[in-house]
Order: sequence, then structure tokens, then C-alpha cells
Amino acid sequence: MHRIVKKEELAPRIKLFVVEAPQIAACARPGHFFVLRMHEQGERIPLTIADSDPAAGTITMVFQEVGKSTCELGTLEEGDSILDIVGPLGTPRDIKRLDTVVCVAGGVGVAPIYPEAKAFHELGTRVISLVGAQTKDMLIFKDRMEAVSDEVHYSTDDGSFGYHGFVTGILRDLLAGGLRPDEVVAIGPLPMMRATCKVTAEFGVKTIVSLNAIMVDGTGMCGSCRVTVDGKTMFSCVEGPAFDGHKVDFEELMARQTRFLAEEKLAMERYQVHSEGCKCRRK
Amino acid sequence: MPAKVDRHPMPKQDPRERIRNFNEVALGYPADVAVGEAMRCIGCPKSPCVAGCPVEVDIPSFVKLIAEGKFVEAARKIKEKNSLPAICGRVCPQETQCEERCTLGKKGKPVAIGALERFAADYERASGTQAASEPAPASGAAGRVAVVGSGPAGLTCAADLAKMGYSVVLFESLHSTGGVLRYGIPEFRLPKAIVDEEVAYVKSLGVEVRVNTLVGRTVTVDELFRDGFDAIFLGTGAGLPHFLGIPGENLNGVYSANEFLTRSNLMKAYRFPEYDTPVWVGKRVVVVGAGNVAMDAARTALRLGAEKVSIVYRRSRAEMPARLEEIENAEEEGVELMLLTNPIRVLGDERGWVRGMECVRMELGEPDESGRRRPVPVPGSEFVIDIDTMISAVGTDPNPLLVRSVPGLKLGRHGNVIVNEETGETSVPGVFAGGDIVTGSATVIAAMGAGKIAARGIDRYIRAKRERSE
Repeated sequence: MHRIVKKEELAPRIKLFVVEAPQIAACARPGHFFVLRMHEQGERIPLTIADSDPAAGTITMVFQEVGKSTCELGTLEEGDSILDIVGPLGTPRDIKRLDTVVCVAGGVGVAPIYPEAKAFHELGTRVISLVGAQTKDMLIFKDRMEAVSDEVHYSTDDGSFGYHGFVTGILRDLLAGGLRPDEVVAIGPLPMMRATCKVTAEFGVKTIVSLNAIMVDGTGMCGSCRVTVDGKTMFSCVEGPAFDGHKVDFEELMARQTRFLAEEKLAMERYQVHSEGCKCRRK
Repeated sequence: MPAKVDRHPMPKQDPRERIRNFNEVALGYPADVAVGEAMRCIGCPKSPCVAGCPVEVDIPSFVKLIAEGKFVEAARKIKEKNSLPAICGRVCPQETQCEERCTLGKKGKPVAIGALERFAADYERASGTQAASEPAPASGAAGRVAVVGSGPAGLTCAADLAKMGYSVVLFESLHSTGGVLRYGIPEFRLPKAIVDEEVAYVKSLGVEVRVNTLVGRTVTVDELFRDGFDAIFLGTGAGLPHFLGIPGENLNGVYSANEFLTRSNLMKAYRFPEYDTPVWVGKRVVVVGAGNVAMDAARTALRLGAEKVSIVYRRSRAEMPARLEEIENAEEEGVELMLLTNPIRVLGDERGWVRGMECVRMELGEPDESGRRRPVPVPGSEFVIDIDTMISAVGTDPNPLLVRSVPGLKLGRHGNVIVNEETGETSVPGVFAGGDIVTGSATVIAAMGAGKIAARGIDRYIRAKRERSE
């Protein structure tokens, strides 16, 4: 059992937990993820390790309430426990000191990008972060990203904060203005990562994305998370989740993400009827 | 000399009924039938059946105990050698092992040793006397051993070491123990309550179980040695699914058998939405492959509501690797066999979902390196079938994750761990291995046999090490 020692509501329907997981905290590296299961009937949910504290024996997770399982997860409070957590999983990022990196984060993707930005920053790399969200209220991890970045640019879809438009708009302006980072790291919704890769491909800038494919075991045994990279089938749970974004078949992956939409909808409807619905939606 | 009695058939659920539920298909012998079947054993002097058992169960003795009505004693006799009798009684291929060598089989049908093993184990469990037979927990004085993987090889190795007095920690990466017994074999063939009970028995021997621990990631083999383990057994199985390598395999509606079965078995998706994990199955399902896993996937698809399920296999019936019993069960339930047929392409719609499969007819040519006649495509025989779900059950490779993290561990061409077959020793001192991680995907009982051999190898290794240091 893994006790939740801290819960924070970062934005509407976006929550942060700090949970006890000493073995994982001891060896977590940027890019690692873990799988949790809330209870006996629960799904195995993969989430990126957003931060870890080996001394306290805790890891930090951030999630957005989008379906039944994440809504139910959001109902847990400090002091409650999560039944199963396994990790660290995936291949961690091989982070070296570079001249400049640009971290492009969309929505809740800022949480998984934070440990990478932090690792680059600690090695002395110039970190330029571009953080986008739908609206001002949905911008999260501002203080954290500012602490590990040399520059942070914000965008909102509705223009309520920072650049009015998608985060890729800022990226295009920077690259068009002559910026040539050694690497762009992009984490966020698939359309956002695909759009980022389109922009960076024009300028010939290496781009690493982190894929959130549908998984079951998360250890390479089921192949649910397979994705085509450079024409080859890869398991994102083991060989990823980070890949060269210019080689990822995003169209295929976006189709694969719809595999269980009907079931997800049914589970959510049933959950809202059987419980009082999740707290986030009542607010 | 008792009158000649025919082998007693295993009672089964009616096929029309059973395709609508996930309850066990085979119902087990009632006590009187078990006694009758046990009495068929002529107690021949050489007991060839025992040599056919990879874990050396004293078959004539336990069969005799059943014939005498001493059912609990029969179960304990089995457990002297086999810690998982209710599982073996259900999933062992007895027809190629103990029963194949039975003297009665020379002229008629062999004694139903598997069904009797199952009966004794089930009887002991139902009678609640299992607890009373629990040996004292291992003292641990002999040494500490880490067993990685709680499938058949790991459970057997752990149980045998605990019985020898070792302190054993059994590591499992999933949230639940049993390995393939849990995620691979469906409820209707091996009820999970039975796996729970047999794992509980292994725990009662003093084995400590740590789930959610992926050795190689959560903790490394080197760290285990540093933590004071004297030896490590790798029983991580063959869980890496193969795909066919044909176009269209990443379309929605294409599963590996591992994914399909893991969703249904481990995650209990067959009880969705009561359980949160979904599994989608369409109306027209094709399972590619003809092993036991393919039969399990086909029969699971039927129970999940598919209207028609076909096995597509490139060779003929004679080469099908599944147990005859499983093929019969599948056919009884309405699974269609499309033999000498090879898929060449999966066809999808504009939204990325499977709509069909292009196949080619095959014929058998000269024997290949496996000794089976090589299937060759018949030119111009391509045809398309309408399907919406495809399950790829064409085998698995050894799990690469842990073994590649152990420096110096010698691996074979398929990523399998190379061991000394007599001892289970690998190229790394103190590291042993057995089961599918060594052989590639094989049977539950072969993995158990390898776990047993490695337990002895580990015992010898630790004793020798201690003698040297004294």
C-alpha cells in the first residue's frame, strides 16, 4: 500500500499526489514512469514520475481527470492509500549537458517534462520552456518550471495568459528568429506533439517526444502500447516512452488511442450514476 | 484381478451452456468415480509413469491411496514432490507424459492420472485439511534465496528451497502472483481461486512474496546480492509476444494473445464494467496460431460474445501444437479451424479499424528443421475474409527486460538464458534460471521440473560456498 502524503489541486480537474514509494524514489530518473492500480477492480494506470524525493521515499504524480479511473483516483485524499504501484518503468532519458534545449509542454504534459527540464538545468544546459494550456486557470507547474528554466514562455488557447494560440506558435517564432537548440523536448497531447514535430522538422531540429500509449502491464508483455517508429513496431513501455518525434507515426497512434472509447464512455456514465459522480464535476 | 473397466471420462459442462460463462469446463471426478478410476491401476512393477513426470511424483502410491479412499493422504503424497497439484491436474499434458507411459495404454486407455491428481488436490482443499498439513515455516538458516518470477518455475523453485530450510523471497512484477497461470490461462480452464490456494500453500512453507517488484528495474540483481541473497533464480518466463510482421497489424482490433488474455484473465475484463479494464471483441474473430494459447484466445473470444471465431493455421491438423483435448474443446464450442491458410495482410478502414484479412492457401512440402513438413503458399490462391478482430497467437520469446540487465549473463539466439541443464546454473555465479526464460515457451510442468532442478542446484551451490568459507 502506498500512502498519499500530499494532495494538491493544481487546476480544475488536474491533481497532484505525493505518495510513498521508497524503492521507486530511490532509483527514478527523468523519463521513467510507473503503473498504479487503485483497488482490486481497478485498471493499471501508467503515469510519468513528475518528481521524486529519495530521502523522503516519495514520488510525485500529476493527473488530469478524464475518465472513470482518473476521476475515481481524484477522490482519494491525503492519508488514503493506493493498492499497487510498480516502477520505475520505461527507458529513462539519457540527459547530457547541451548548449540549449527547448522544452515544449502542452496541458498536463508540463508535469512529465519538469524532471527533464530540471535535469538539463542542473547540468548547466540553457533551458527555454514553452508552456501551453487551454486557459490561464489550466496553467500548472509555473513556479517549478520557472525555477529550472532560463526563460519561460506561456501560451493559452483563449489568450487569457501569454501568447494567444497554440504553444507551437511561440516555437515557430523562436526558430524563425534564428534560435537553434540542440534538442526540443515535447510532451503533451498527441496533436500538440505532432504539430511540434512538424515545426521542428522544417528547421531541422532534433525533437524527442514522450508517448502515452494505452498499456496494460507496462513491462513489455502485451504489446498494447505498440507504436510505429521509423517504420518499425516498438513497445513504448519498454523501448520508450521517449522517441525521436520525427520518426513516430502519429496518425496510427492517434487511431490506436481510440480503441476503447466506447468502453471508456460506458464506464464513465456508469460511474456517474453509481457514485454521485466525481467531485471535480460537481464543483 | 478386478474386472476390466474402461477409463472414466471427465465430466464437462455442456458446450452450448459453457460458451456463455467463464466457469470451469471440466468438472472433475466425483469421489466414487475417482476410486473406480484409481482401481484401474494394475500397480505394474516398473512404474513407467513416474519417469514420465518432470517433477517425479510417486504416481502409483497416490493412485493406490485414492483407490483405498485415503484422499487427503493421496494429496500429501503428491505434494512431497509437486507443490501445485490442483494446477498440474488441470493443465499438464499428461497424454505426452505420465499417461503416455502407462502400461494400460499399450492395449487400451491409460489410467487418468491427471484427473486423479486434480481430484486428490481438490478434495484436500475442499475438506479444509490443507492447513493442518502445513509444514513449519522455513528456518532460513540454510541461506537466503531470491526467486524472480512467480510463475510455475518460480513457485516450484521457491517451495522446494523453503522445504530445504532456505529463506526465500519470491519477486513478482505484476500485482498478482502466478505468472502465466494468472495472466495467460483462462478461468474456464484454470480457476484463479485454485491458483490463489496453491500460492497460499507455497507461502505457508515460509516463502515471502513481494509483488509489484520488477527485478532489473525496481531492484537489480547486483543489489539483491548486496542485500545478502546467496543465490538468485530467474524464472521470468517467455512473455514477449511475437507478431506476424505483416502489414496492418497495428490496426485497431488486432491484439496479441498476451494482451487479449491479460485483459480478460489478470484484469478480469470479462467482468467489465464491474472491473475497470475493458476488452473489445467484435463479431467475427480470427485467431492466428494453433497452440494452447490460440485455443484459449479463441474460446475466450466466444465467451466475450463473438459470433464466429476461426483459428487460422498455416499447417495441417496433424501439426497443430495444442493439446488434443483443447482442440476438441474448442471445436465442440464452435471454433472453426481454417487449416493450411496463412494471413498475408490485415485490411483496415479509414478510421484505422480492422475490416478484413487477406490469406493465402498453403500446401505441405518437404520437412523443415523442426521435422514438420514445411508449408508453402499455393500461387494465386489469395482470398479475403471479412473480420473485425484478429488475435495473434504465434508464440512468445523470453522476457528480455531482466536478463539484459544482468552483466555477463550468457544468452542464446532468442534471448533465452543459457544454463547447465543438470543444475540450472547460468554463466553468472550464484544466478540460476529455469522455465520458459531458458527454453522459450513450453509447458507449465516443464517449467516446474526446471524449478525443481534449479532448487537442487542452488542448494548444492550454497552448501559448497559455505564449506569453502568455513
